[in-house]
Amino acid sequence: MELIKPGTNFDFVANFRRALLFSWALIALGVVSLVVRGGPNYGIDFAGGTLVQVRFKQPTQIDEVRKALASLDLGEASIQDFGGNGDRGSEFLVRVPVKGEQLSDFSAQVTSALESRFGKDSWEIQRIETVGPRVGSELRWRAIFAVLAATLMMGVYIWIRFELRFGIGAAVALFHDVLITIGALSLANYEFDLTIVAALLTVVGFSVNDTVIVSDRIRENLRKNRRDPLEKIINRSINETLSRTILTTGTAVLVLLALFFLGGKVINGFAFTLLVGFLIGTYSSIFIASPIVLYLQNTAFARAR
Amino acid sequence: MKASLWYRIVGVLALLLVALVYLLPSLTTDLPDWWKRFLPSNKIRLGLDLQGGTHLVLTVDVDKALETTLERAADELKREAQEKGLALAEVQRVDKSIRVKIESPEARSNFEAFLRDNFPNLAVADSQTSDGVALVNLRLATTEERRLREFTVEQALETIRNRIDQFGVTEPIIQRQGSQDIVVQLPGIQDPQRAKALIGKTALLEFKLLAEVPDAEAYLSGQKPLPPGLEILSGYGGERVGRRVERTKYLVESKVLLTGDAIADAQVRPGSQLEGPYVALELTPRGAKQFEEITAANVKRRLAIILDNTVYSAPVIQERIPGGRASITGDFDIKEARDLAIVLRAGALPAPVYIAEERTVGPTLGRDSIRQGFISFVVGGTLVVLFMLVYYKFAGLLADLALVLNILFLLAALSALQATLTLPGIAGIVLTLGMAVDANVLINERIREELRLGRSARAAIEAGYERALPAILDSNITTFLSGLILFQFGAGPIKGFAVTLCLGIVTSVFTAVVGTRVVYDWLLTYRRLERVSI
Repeated sequence: MELIKPGTNFDFVANFRRALLFSWALIALGVVSLVVRGGPNYGIDFAGGTLVQVRFKQPTQIDEVRKALASLDLGEASIQDFGGNGDRGSEFLVRVPVKGEQLSDFSAQVTSALESRFGKDSWEIQRIETVGPRVGSELRWRAIFAVLAATLMMGVYIWIRFELRFGIGAAVALFHDVLITIGALSLANYEFDLTIVAALLTVVGFSVNDTVIVSDRIRENLRKNRRDPLEKIINRSINETLSRTILTTGTAVLVLLALFFLGGKVINGFAFTLLVGFLIGTYSSIFIASPIVLYLQNTAFARAR
Repeated sequence: MKASLWYRIVGVLALLLVALVYLLPSLTTDLPDWWKRFLPSNKIRLGLDLQGGTHLVLTVDVDKALETTLERAADELKREAQEKGLALAEVQRVDKSIRVKIESPEARSNFEAFLRDNFPNLAVADSQTSDGVALVNLRLATTEERRLREFTVEQALETIRNRIDQFGVTEPIIQRQGSQDIVVQLPGIQDPQRAKALIGKTALLEFKLLAEVPDAEAYLSGQKPLPPGLEILSGYGGERVGRRVERTKYLVESKVLLTGDAIADAQVRPGSQLEGPYVALELTPRGAKQFEEITAANVKRRLAIILDNTVYSAPVIQERIPGGRASITGDFDIKEARDLAIVLRAGALPAPVYIAEERTVGPTLGRDSIRQGFISFVVGGTLVVLFMLVYYKFAGLLADLALVLNILFLLAALSALQATLTLPGIAGIVLTLGMAVDANVLINERIREELRLGRSARAAIEAGYERALPAILDSNITTFLSGLILFQFGAGPIKGFAVTLCLGIVTSVFTAVVGTRVVYDWLLTYRRLERVSI
């Protein structure tokens, strides 16, 4: 079985400008979404605060939970229905933003309030997460640093293994992927937390895979046909590796879909980020990373020589 | 050729055997005795997010410890100066320094010498003189401050370790992180609230006398300002008023008669029918002597037993108590009494600790996560396996074989290295399923290209593997790099993901490049393979 017939020859390079337009549109969409929502929707990890996830054995209305917690002075606490899975009762997320420098023991307050209204055995705590403001801002900076460092390191690696222009192309493509994925997360209103950052770093690693494979083929074809214009070589290389690119992304997307739909709520945002990131990463390897090499050749590099 | 092929076959099979040996303990619970004696019996270690448990980051308030030290130094300074006949108009701790006011120039010059001789740990921060009156600000010497900060955190770590040991958690992890944080991991703990209360208690035990003054009621209700030397503390028990508990208030003398240093041991004793359980204290020889003197001097007065500024009980001293035994009674149940005994035995924290981060996962959520992770693993894996089979036929079957081998190796490596498997770690394994076929896809595509050019099966296979290798290595090294950054950056669960990602890359390259090649070579050598089903 074959997906891409041998000898297929799409003119990817000629569509560079159209692809750029498409990419800018995606980035703009993400930025608009971020602006409208007033910045990234930081989870507890980065914003600080307390999150308590409770599961009731019986189906329970959100209003009852709200009433139970009303007696507490929790300020801007939000209670979110986290999916009542039918016969298995109801689940809720209680979120309390951080107040001041020190953390009160909100989880203890929530627990005792629930106990006094619902008794002891009809519910249980699934998860408690508390992050202080110092830890939160520390984690935020480390996350930004990690993503930037990974992107630059990939660029440098490719620069060493190939050439500077390939490295630049890869780094630009990676920034592109991360930006669009963050935009998509904002559009879908997922929270930014540590697992999302882990997913972003994985996207960076995966996306650079495709770029490396194409660059590798370009180098090989350059050696074989020294006379051909770079444009033609890039096009041919992308076409020759297209089958592999689509297959690998395809199998990865298959398991990610399984993870997204079956992996459970906790891992949902993680799977979503990988799904979007991998698809965008594949697209950018084909339409952005390699054409940039050509673009650099035609402008700055040509003049420098 | 044939010899090297057999080496490789034996090598791969031997690795498979080793992997199975490492995996078996995780799969079955009843291993024979001889196995446990000679072979690895470690199970795959589950992260807190899978087995349930609490992860805490505690911040030690070292500034508080510095203030306490300064406070004490200020007291000593005042006393010593008085003994030496040095006239100091004022000695007072202000924030992180001690302010000393000296009203005559000659006292000023004596003061410097006095300070050098008696308080080498204090340094003059700045001083100003006007009209012969000098204002000197003292602070802790830099080395002293650094030592104290270090000591405070180390001491806190030791105390917390003691308390947790006595609390009885299996395999807790307690370690320092950074300059003032302590990480505590309590796997499988049922009652995180209780653990937190236990860890966070400062456990400053003090004995003070209840004040005997005529206007006690007026002071307690705040109608009259408190005279110096007295303070109001709230009690442990109290009356329930609706949901709130109205604490009893006590008026006590500020003077501390005895502190927790005097305690040698603390035990819970079951109470009688009328009274709840109590904590029996055994005092050190010196403490016993002091206690005897205190009780002798204050018969018929009430002695308050205070832990962390809360009055636990205030019994009336009936008579002189020799022998160094005392007890704390109060309105608490057996669990509370046990925790009280633990903190008293394990010693006091040198400074308060605050919870900077808490992550608790209940056991049911952990079980759900494992189940859901497993389901997506099976579904995702089946899809990939079927797809490869349909797309590449026999070559796809080989890739699938490599995939199964890869998962076995990955799990075995997790078990052998005792790396922690977390929920994102499971996601990492699922992801490996999807990405591991990449190497085989690259190889197979190359083989197809060579076959299209009309090469023989042997030539196509050899060229396919050889040509695909640089691309496979480059692409996997870059992913590996991002895994390393992830490992460096992440804590807990994220680290688990990074570990499975990195291990998965290593095992997948091995199984895809070496494992499948062995089969091809065997077919080429012994089965005279002429057509590749791909």
